[in-house]
Amino acid sequence: MTEHLSSAVLDVRGLCVEFPGRHGTVSALSDVSLSIRPGEILGVVGESGAGKSMTGLAVQGLLEPPGRISGGEVWLAGRRIDQLDDKEMQQVRGRQIGAIFQDPLTSLNPLFTIGAQLVETIRLHLKLSKADAKARAIQLLKEVGIPAPEARYDHYPHQFSGGMRQRVVIALALAAEPKLIIADEPTTALDVSIQAQITSLLRRLCDDHGTAVMLVTHDMGVIAETADRVAVMYAGRLVEIGPVGDVLKNARHPYTRGLMASIPALGRRVERLNQIDGSMPRLNAIPTGCAFNPRCPEAGPRCRKDRPEPAPVGSGVSACWLNAGGVL
Amino acid sequence: MIVFLIKRLANAVLVMLAVALLAFLIFRFAGDPVELMANEQMSQADRIELREKLGLNDSFLTQYGRFVVNAARGDFGISYRNGQDVMTLIAERFPATMELALVATILSLLIGIPLGVVTAIHRGRWYSEGLQFVSIIGVSLPSFVVGILLILVFAVTLGLVPAFGRGDVVQLGWWSTGLLTASGRASLLLPSLALALYQITLVMRLVRAEMMEVLRSDFVKFARARGVPRRRIYFRHALRNCLMPVVTMTAMNFGSLIAFALITETVFQWPGMGMLFIQAVTFLDMPVMAGYLCIVSFIFVTLNTLVDIAYAVIDPRLRDATR
Repeated sequence: MTEHLSSAVLDVRGLCVEFPGRHGTVSALSDVSLSIRPGEILGVVGESGAGKSMTGLAVQGLLEPPGRISGGEVWLAGRRIDQLDDKEMQQVRGRQIGAIFQDPLTSLNPLFTIGAQLVETIRLHLKLSKADAKARAIQLLKEVGIPAPEARYDHYPHQFSGGMRQRVVIALALAAEPKLIIADEPTTALDVSIQAQITSLLRRLCDDHGTAVMLVTHDMGVIAETADRVAVMYAGRLVEIGPVGDVLKNARHPYTRGLMASIPALGRRVERLNQIDGSMPRLNAIPTGCAFNPRCPEAGPRCRKDRPEPAPVGSGVSACWLNAGGVL
Repeated sequence: MIVFLIKRLANAVLVMLAVALLAFLIFRFAGDPVELMANEQMSQADRIELREKLGLNDSFLTQYGRFVVNAARGDFGISYRNGQDVMTLIAERFPATMELALVATILSLLIGIPLGVVTAIHRGRWYSEGLQFVSIIGVSLPSFVVGILLILVFAVTLGLVPAFGRGDVVQLGWWSTGLLTASGRASLLLPSLALALYQITLVMRLVRAEMMEVLRSDFVKFARARGVPRRRIYFRHALRNCLMPVVTMTAMNFGSLIAFALITETVFQWPGMGMLFIQAVTFLDMPVMAGYLCIVSFIFVTLNTLVDIAYAVIDPRLRDATR
């Protein structure tokens, strides 16, 4: 793991995020470490509230106050960015980190043409004349597969379908050739038939531009098709990271195995869908030891006492005492 | 867009006809005009002749039709009080009220919008909360109290500006303006501020509420994720999405400003339409009251129609829906 750190686009080390509240401080992310290489797509999966989106927001410096980074480091292309102030982060957001949001219907400003929004983003980050920026905007629209980009340039968001709007959002994310794109549930709000188009578009753009992508989703199908590696999160902690094939077929962590088992297979009739018993603990009531221990079929006394650290196992990393070969 | 325009105009005409009916009913139910006009010496024959001359023996519909046609031509008859043409009387007073309401509106936007944006962005700070508190006072103080207080402080105690009247006016065609003379502008200051205060607090509170709503929306977060600077997000992306209700409220309240100006005008002895109306009421001068009612309603209806059209211009989504 250490040898590619220097070449990693994004390197998150021991990231902690907390929300100070009236009833004490809630820890939303605890000791999350992950890295993404150029041209690589890292899928981040987990249940709602596991901290997937929070990780993306923390990297972009977009945590809603009073949420704040309370520990760890975020390195982007060899530069530490978690301590930058808002002004400096403005230069990073859009320029070095592109963003794709979940709902394309609401992420564009309804009162401006998509052309105006593209040119705005381009000219904020690149020193281009208005005419050059427009040419680049049209080129981007073409690249993300919008037919007749010259005509569509002057259209308003409401004149596009959901899938087309998500393509516009992707064009906006790509506007300044960022090194990293954080895509937060980019296909969740879309039709199933459109989802595949958007993920393959993302894959293609990532390959063409060498852009690294952090793909946050709860859809294992999207991960299986698109991602190179996958990070599994649970209750604000990282559970397992590894190459997508290994994690899908040979998961090291009981939670990941449960997650995989709960995907219904096509063509096989089952009486009951598989599920992991229980539900994820609330962030202010995380049990001691391994956060997953109350639901884990293989948990032992040690899991209830000590928190397992992520440790290399096989081709990936897993935070489970089973892999440490320790006594349960 | 054309179908939309025709529909809106048809609506406006209907409303105006209803208003004309109300104005017309004032004549029928507020006493016999002949009795009001006649003096002691008039004989019965004279009265019958006057009744015939005024067309009061015609059917209700004929009289109403005649009233509407005349009103549409700007003819509301002559004042019972001094025999002058009602339209001329109103036209003389109209510029004073109009300038007062216009300046008050401009003041309310120039002051209200920035205050709304600031209190929305810096909510929780002491000055935002303070402004919020002061605005409650502003909303609940009646404008005549504000007017009297302003006169007391700025005109009587400090002696900075005149306490009443319009100052010197300059005649531009039929329009008399006080904006071109120093004394005219100074006289305009207090009444327009008194009239605007309520409006300022309203605009401020509206902009604040809308801003807080818009700042939570996805496209604002996405704009931040695109690296758009905060100021630009506030004033370009967010504010423009707040302007719709502000435009509506401002335009609708412009009518109210003109209508409620009569209180401010009375306090400041401002020679506008409101003063004219108050005088008409005390003298039971029905043609003037009917004329005033029709003119003010006409302004209301025109503004409402313009607001609907402005909607279509500001928001591209509505433009398409009505195409």
